[in-house]
Amino acid sequence: MLKMMAASKGLVTHGVSSCQGCGIELIIRNVLDVLGEDTVLVIPPGCAALFSGTGPEAAVKLAGIQGNLENSAAIASGIAAGFRHQGNEHTTVCAFCGDGATVDIGLQSLSGAMERNENILYICYDNEAYMNTGIQGSSSTPLGASTTTTPAGKPVGSKDLIQIVMAHGVPYAATASVADLGDLRRKVKKAKGIKGCRVLHIHCPCPTGWGYHSSKTIELAREGVDSGAWVLMEYENGRVKLGRRPSKLGHAEDYMKLQKRFRTAVGELTAQTNERIISRYEYLEKLERLGGE
Amino acid sequence: MPFRMFDGNGAAVEAIRMARPGVIAAYPITPQSSIAEKLSDCVANGQIDAEYIRVESEHSAMSVCVGACLTGVRVATATSSVGLALMHEVCGVTSGCRLPVVMPVVNRSLVAPWSLWCDHQDTMAERDTGWLQFYCGTVQEVLDLTLCAYRISEHQDVLTPSMVCLDGFFLSHSMQKVSAPTDEEAWDFVGPYVRRNMYIDPTDVMFVNDLCPTSEYTEMRYQQKVGFERAADVAREVFDEYGRRFGRRPCTVEKYLLDDADIALVTMGSMSGTAKFAVNELRRQGVKAGLLRICMFRPFPAGEIREALKNVPVVGVVDRSAGLGAAQPPAATEVSAALRGAGCRVFSFVGGLAGRDISDGAFKGLYSELLDVFEGQAQSVNTWFDLKGDPMALREVDIIC
Repeated sequence: MLKMMAASKGLVTHGVSSCQGCGIELIIRNVLDVLGEDTVLVIPPGCAALFSGTGPEAAVKLAGIQGNLENSAAIASGIAAGFRHQGNEHTTVCAFCGDGATVDIGLQSLSGAMERNENILYICYDNEAYMNTGIQGSSSTPLGASTTTTPAGKPVGSKDLIQIVMAHGVPYAATASVADLGDLRRKVKKAKGIKGCRVLHIHCPCPTGWGYHSSKTIELAREGVDSGAWVLMEYENGRVKLGRRPSKLGHAEDYMKLQKRFRTAVGELTAQTNERIISRYEYLEKLERLGGE
Repeated sequence: MPFRMFDGNGAAVEAIRMARPGVIAAYPITPQSSIAEKLSDCVANGQIDAEYIRVESEHSAMSVCVGACLTGVRVATATSSVGLALMHEVCGVTSGCRLPVVMPVVNRSLVAPWSLWCDHQDTMAERDTGWLQFYCGTVQEVLDLTLCAYRISEHQDVLTPSMVCLDGFFLSHSMQKVSAPTDEEAWDFVGPYVRRNMYIDPTDVMFVNDLCPTSEYTEMRYQQKVGFERAADVAREVFDEYGRRFGRRPCTVEKYLLDDADIALVTMGSMSGTAKFAVNELRRQGVKAGLLRICMFRPFPAGEIREALKNVPVVGVVDRSAGLGAAQPPAATEVSAALRGAGCRVFSFVGGLAGRDISDGAFKGLYSELLDVFEGQAQSVNTWFDLKGDPMALREVDIIC
């Protein structure tokens, strides 16, 4: 074991083995900073498991368990129930999972936990593929994106997680992005203060999997938000509230051309992506208006 | 002690209720369903002070149990058949994290073909998952072994979960006379749950079950192996204590008329009563037949089995599992290994699948085959018994071009 000469800041330790420019590290440091020490974690296998650590060396200073890929919401439900039975209603039980563990293999257990309105905070960092196993496509991989299992570009679009979450009527859900850490922290803080099943879906650019320079993570995340490829929004008490209107709505070309994964997605696919972005945004706007009436 | 009437599932619920779990997670599956229902009744009417998590699958049921148990509460669940198969992945987490969960499993066939009825293929498929396994012969044993399982599993030298296996319908839905301790007596025996070694506590931080390097994994498994070895001794101590307290001592193996036996069958579960009946009949006819019932399958009591059977010249092991592709099905494999070099001839029988009744006539047929071997009339036995006329003709399809 290495001898540490100085304590690390916050609840993440020194020496995390995430890739240079990884969005997850930024997310988990900020999330845990807001949640504080009275938090326990459930982390499935995946990139975030770099934060569970290896053997005797954990990479977070919190209690937690590395569960299976598909049962984070269920393990978190059990922890919350165990705490509740012992009179502990204050500790935040946080599941911190990737998109594969959420929208693919873990969707069932998440759906169950949302339906039962378990008192957990479920965070999905979405890097839009199975990055830890070598960039295989997930149901969060966007249209046209090349992965090791969609080498010619993904022929279909991604699942709309936030709408799946909203369909369960949870008390609070929101999307966030590393492009706006202030907004992200505000949403984590808000989620922390609410009882019941809360879900945060956080856009998490991945230099290794998306094919861009590791210095461009924030810039890329910002392009995603500005083009509407990633929509910032909140869902609370059945009402949708969108963030500021994307400045380049329906123009994802700049966002896509920064990334090698879209190199095969030219011409018509880019147009299709832009159409999808616009129609989805307009639909979300309608939902927002419905909530305002 | 007054007698009460329970079916197997009711006895399992009664034992769980007496052990006062703090979190219950269950998903219904035939023939376990009435356990999930009765446990929710107990929570609703205040007989159990627990959180009841109405999970969406058996996989989540065991996952909830893992999470809750790690916080330091006793947990409860139950399952059967394909539900146990779905749970398999998390069963390994439970045992590997040394969480002493006690789970009734109502034995039912695996799929395909679909079947709702009893055999042991579901729990036999889990025999190397790191769980203790007890196979009940009667409804009384469901109650007794479930209560004992808490003590054995939770013992600090064991910390290994238990499956208490009860035959679907034959026990789960069979009303039998049961002698039950009072709630106070049972609580005095089981005692409160004490978390040990691995737990999740925000004030005493550890990260459980992170990636284990190759340099440590073997040692972690070795710890489990030692837990099993200790479980064998702890089980006998707990059974002794239970016997002293309640007048019935559960057993690891039950020996029936073996001392002078020429031939013996080895059985598990509810079939054993019928087998004893057949032994009695054969004894009346002068045939020296005996029986060994395996009650504790994990840890496998190889030494006791060898001691009990070593002087029986011809032994047949009845597996309620197909053991497809194996040299012998599971129970026969283990009994053969236990008797290696003892001089007995060990044969395997497969039957009773998917709830097919193993009648007294069927058992007499098995003993008759063993007797033929003993008397030199035959060299071997027909392993698959009670097969219909031409099994290969069933569902046979003519290809018409």
